Formats: sequence, C-alpha cells, structure tokens
Amino acid sequence: MIPQGKRSCHNFAVQSTLNTMKDSNGDLQHIRALMERSTRFLGLSGLSGVSAGAFALLGAAVAGRYLQGRPDLTPEPLAYSAGGQTGAEYWGPITFLVSTAMAVLASALLGAFWFTWRRSRRLGHHLLDRTARRLAWNMLLPLAAGGIFCIALLLHGLPGLVAPATLVFYGLALLHASKYTFDEIRWLGLSELLLGLIASFRPGAGLLFWALGFGVLHILYGGLMYLRHDRNDTATTP
Amino acid sequence: MIEALNKAFESRVRLGIMAVLAVNDWVDHAALRDLLAVTDGNLASHLTALEQLKYVQVRKRFIGKRPNTSYKASAAGAKAFRAHLNAIEKLIPRN
Repeated sequence: MIPQGKRSCHNFAVQSTLNTMKDSNGDLQHIRALMERSTRFLGLSGLSGVSAGAFALLGAAVAGRYLQGRPDLTPEPLAYSAGGQTGAEYWGPITFLVSTAMAVLASALLGAFWFTWRRSRRLGHHLLDRTARRLAWNMLLPLAAGGIFCIALLLHGLPGLVAPATLVFYGLALLHASKYTFDEIRWLGLSELLLGLIASFRPGAGLLFWALGFGVLHILYGGLMYLRHDRNDTATTP
Repeated sequence: MIEALNKAFESRVRLGIMAVLAVNDWVDHAALRDLLAVTDGNLASHLTALEQLKYVQVRKRFIGKRPNTSYKASAAGAKAFRAHLNAIEKLIPRN
C-alpha cells in the first residue's frame, strides 16, 4: 500500500519517464536523419542510371555493327595486337571506337545530370551543395586515373584491355564514392568491378562485357533505385 | 538513467549541431543553418553555448573577401555526444 501523497509522486515520475522516452525516440530519429543528410547526397535519381545504360547499349550496338562490317578485325588480333602496330590500320578502327565511347560518355553524363538535377530541384536539394560536390570529386579522381591508364593501353597497342580496365576503374570509383550516396551504388560498384575482372581474362569479348557493365547493370540498378527512392518522393516531401 | 542525459543537448538544435559535426569534418555556418533549418541568430546562440562548454572548435577565416566561420566537434564534445546517445538508447525499450 502506497500512501496517497507518495502515489501521485510515483505516478508523476512514471509519466515524466514516459515523456522522456518519447522525446528520446524522436531525438534519435532526428539525429539519424541529420547524420545521413549531412554526409550523403540523396538527390541522385535512378533514372540517371537507366538513361546512361540506354546510351551505353546504343553505343555498343553501333560498335558491334562496325566490327561486323570489318571482318579483318577479328576480336583476337584486336585484343592482342601488342607491339609495333602504329599504322592507319590500327588507329583507324581505334579512333572510331574511342569516338563512339566518348559520345556515349557525354550523352550518359548529360542524361544523368539532367535527371538528377530534376529530382534534386523537386526535393529542394541544391545540386552543388557540399554532399554533391564531395560525391562528384570522389567519383572523378579514380575515373580520371582510369582514363589516363586507358590512353596508355591504346598507345602500347593493347586495346583489348581497355574494356576491362574501364569497368575495373569505374567499379572502384563507384565503390569509393558510395559512402557519399545511396548504398545501392556500392553494390553497383562491386558488380562492375567483378565484371571487369572477369572480362580481363576473356580477350576478345570486351564489347559484350562493356555492354553488360555499362548498359545492363546501369539499367538494372537505376531501375531498382528509381523504385526504391524516386517513387517515394511525393510521399516523403511535404 | 535519466541523469545520464546531458543537459547541454536538451535542445533539438544543439543535438542537431552535434549530430552533423559527429560525422563531418569542418562544417561552415551556412551549411549548418540549411541542414538544421534554423535562423542565423538562433544557430549562433546555440553554437556559442556549445563553444563555451568547449564542445565545438571554431575556425574563422576569409574566403576571398567574405568571412567564413566553420565548426568542428572537439574531442570532449564528441565524447559527451556519444555518452548522451548511449543514455538515450538505454531509455528506449528494445522491441
């Protein structure tokens, strides 16, 4: 039996503990959201990936048709033409394929920027805020290194290793940048890396792996991110 | 149990400041203001309180001609924030 006065005091204590618990739960959610929002760029749109993948497949189809029309360039010699090939018969096809790849890269980047810009604006994020800038820098540095490495491969007459090298460097860049954005990017990076490593042991199949990595994987992960994040935008924004 | 909660973090704004600083290096005033959605004045008064407790470090410098103030959690601040988080977590029943 608790005396009258003591009981109300007891009730008050229970009540205030319950209130503190409720507040604390809200505080924790608040803290988690802030930590995530201040370190990760969450404006990335899944459609960016889908459009990049579509451009990559288009580019791969163009390159595939070109190679079909040039039966003299069987995959194997093109893959292992190491040493001494410096004439027009080497640089002609290389120039065509590299230009195609550059056109794909430019359209993919434009499309990616456009969709992400659109989504960021809708969410009220700034496309040039600190998280976006950090994400961009962490992507660009490994990619630039990969680009220079590929130029070296071409100059040394090893074009067959270019497709695996682009996949490996792109995978590492994504893996590195994934801590600044959605977790799916980490898995995309790992998949690209794995595909690139397999491709480096399959000479002559570079174009196929390239289409798989830059085309199919982008569309798959982009679609997944669209379903998981973009589609919930209207529900989460006031 | 409740005694373990740090009075310095009772305000949502201060809790928010420490949360952002716990996972970032130097963060400037404008970025903090936008992340927490508070006014400059409100943010400044909370930051001053945390600074007096030596929970945050302040760095003032110029970027071009404009003054820029950045903040970082001090070792003591990070420790106090972690202790506060642990106390909160103990309060919430596991389900």
